Amino acid sequence: MLDAAAWDALALSLQVSVTAVVFSLPLAIAVAWVLARRRFPGHAMLSALVHLPLVLPPVVTGYLLLLAFGRNGWIGGALAEVGIVFAFRWTGAALAAGIMGFPLMVRAIQLSIEAVDPKLEEAAATLGAGRWAAFVRVTLPLIGPGILAGTVLGFAKAMGEFGATITFVANIPGQTQTLPSAIYAFLSVPGGEGSAMRLVILSASVAIAAVLVSEWLSRRMAERIRG
Amino acid sequence: MSLTFDISHRFGAFQLEAQAEAGPGVTALFGPSGSGKTSIANAIAGLVRPDAGRITLAGDVLLDHARGVCLPAARRRIGVVFQDGRLFPHLTVAQNIAFGLRYAPPAGTGNALGLDAAAIQEMLGIGALMQRHPASLSGGEKQRVAIARALAMRPRLLLMDEPLAALDGPRKDEILPYLERLRDSRAVPIVYITHSMAEIARLADRIVVLREGRVLRAGDVTDVLSDPAMVPLIGVREAGSVLVARVVTLNSGGLSRLAISGGELRLPGIEAQVGKSLRIRILAQDVLVSRTQPVGLSSRNILPAVIEAVHRGDGPGVALSLRLGEDRLLARITADAMDELQLAPGVSCYAVLKAIAVARADIGAMSG
Repeated sequence: MLDAAAWDALALSLQVSVTAVVFSLPLAIAVAWVLARRRFPGHAMLSALVHLPLVLPPVVTGYLLLLAFGRNGWIGGALAEVGIVFAFRWTGAALAAGIMGFPLMVRAIQLSIEAVDPKLEEAAATLGAGRWAAFVRVTLPLIGPGILAGTVLGFAKAMGEFGATITFVANIPGQTQTLPSAIYAFLSVPGGEGSAMRLVILSASVAIAAVLVSEWLSRRMAERIRG
Repeated sequence: MSLTFDISHRFGAFQLEAQAEAGPGVTALFGPSGSGKTSIANAIAGLVRPDAGRITLAGDVLLDHARGVCLPAARRRIGVVFQDGRLFPHLTVAQNIAFGLRYAPPAGTGNALGLDAAAIQEMLGIGALMQRHPASLSGGEKQRVAIARALAMRPRLLLMDEPLAALDGPRKDEILPYLERLRDSRAVPIVYITHSMAEIARLADRIVVLREGRVLRAGDVTDVLSDPAMVPLIGVREAGSVLVARVVTLNSGGLSRLAISGGELRLPGIEAQVGKSLRIRILAQDVLVSRTQPVGLSSRNILPAVIEAVHRGDGPGVALSLRLGEDRLLARITADAMDELQLAPGVSCYAVLKAIAVARADIGAMSG
């Protein structure tokens, strides 16, 4: 029913989205913690910067990525020297997907950290736990549902990301052609509607499955936290 | 093993300037809300860094502002029991209690507390709760678990910040005997923060009286509570002295006889064994004073006494301390009566106490 190109697109999308989430999640937790628990000059600035991909047109984000991480970009050039290349590679698609999903992850996690009473962390400190131990043993388990929600949002955003990806890494079948790019490509050629519709159904199925799994997981986590 | 603190801290219009020390046993920090009790507790625990000052525990410097020393809370080894318990909701009771164990020194080393996990469970009566989660515990059970958690880390000091304030009357009465056992185990010095004179009368050896961020008085509970000059600070309805009495004969249905240094008390509702010592709080407003030995009076307790000190306040009342053997009894009478009976320091009199005036909650156990 699905041709090889479609399977490639699905596999690539999953690879890109999983990579994007795996790499951005630890950073998202750290940034969310800083935004939730620390007050410093530049707090509002950091928050604005994190949320920028949410408000900028994706094509602008993609173009900025191209400027920075392209082969001649100021970061991309330096990284190319050590063998890391983003431009027109699936890694670039993952970078774009990670950045576009980042604000969603940070928001969900930051809200859940703010919901944890800092007095519990104080109690952990009086029991001998340093700041890191208190975070790992008290805060982290309590924000599990928030992390899960952030992960699902980030993953869904990565699966659906189109504008920044196509601007940054183009639409190369088997290389950078994710599901949305493939749908776009099918719609641009005469008689491609049938293939496009199959990919639309596939894409929707993956999204719905992700939401169902996360619902089930978050219910289990909530039960465990409430005891 | 003693704690000393001398700290000053300012937030908004409130200025804290407090200096005191706490030795072995239970030291109560007493004052109304806003007197600086919790600020002092947070400074001792290391949760707030005061603007200036010095705090030492058993000779170790916890804070020395002048030298820039401020040990983080995690390294002070002060067990804290908060008013709101603060149990970790995602952990079972057993896991909550074990939380601090990995940071504690091994049992039996240094100045580690001489209570093992089994003894703590026994003393606080929480053995049956170990697999439960905090959400399923009653308020009193939560506080007992919080105390166990603070003790399990082998603290050098137990700091209790209004541990009973969030509980209703019956729950308080449920926990007080556990706290008495903890005190009498002498396992760890305790700083007990409260605005309840009833808890102090039951538990404390020493008291530090705070008002508006300053220490007004510090000393032995029996001395401070029987000082007539303290009555306005403690509150006229709360003021009362604490006596130690030994059970002589027990009559659980009626009046039991108890020996005090200056005679004998007869009180109802005593449940301790013969020979046991009890701490009894007698409210100043429940004591009458007579110049002559009263006859034909319903009161079961008429004790010869000598007036030791008098404090005349702004209101119509006068506070007297009466010496009874080694003990002092606080009495509150009207200025009118005082003048008519010509009461003054050195005058002999009789202290009269209604047997049923002493509430059961004001009778506490003590070791020895």
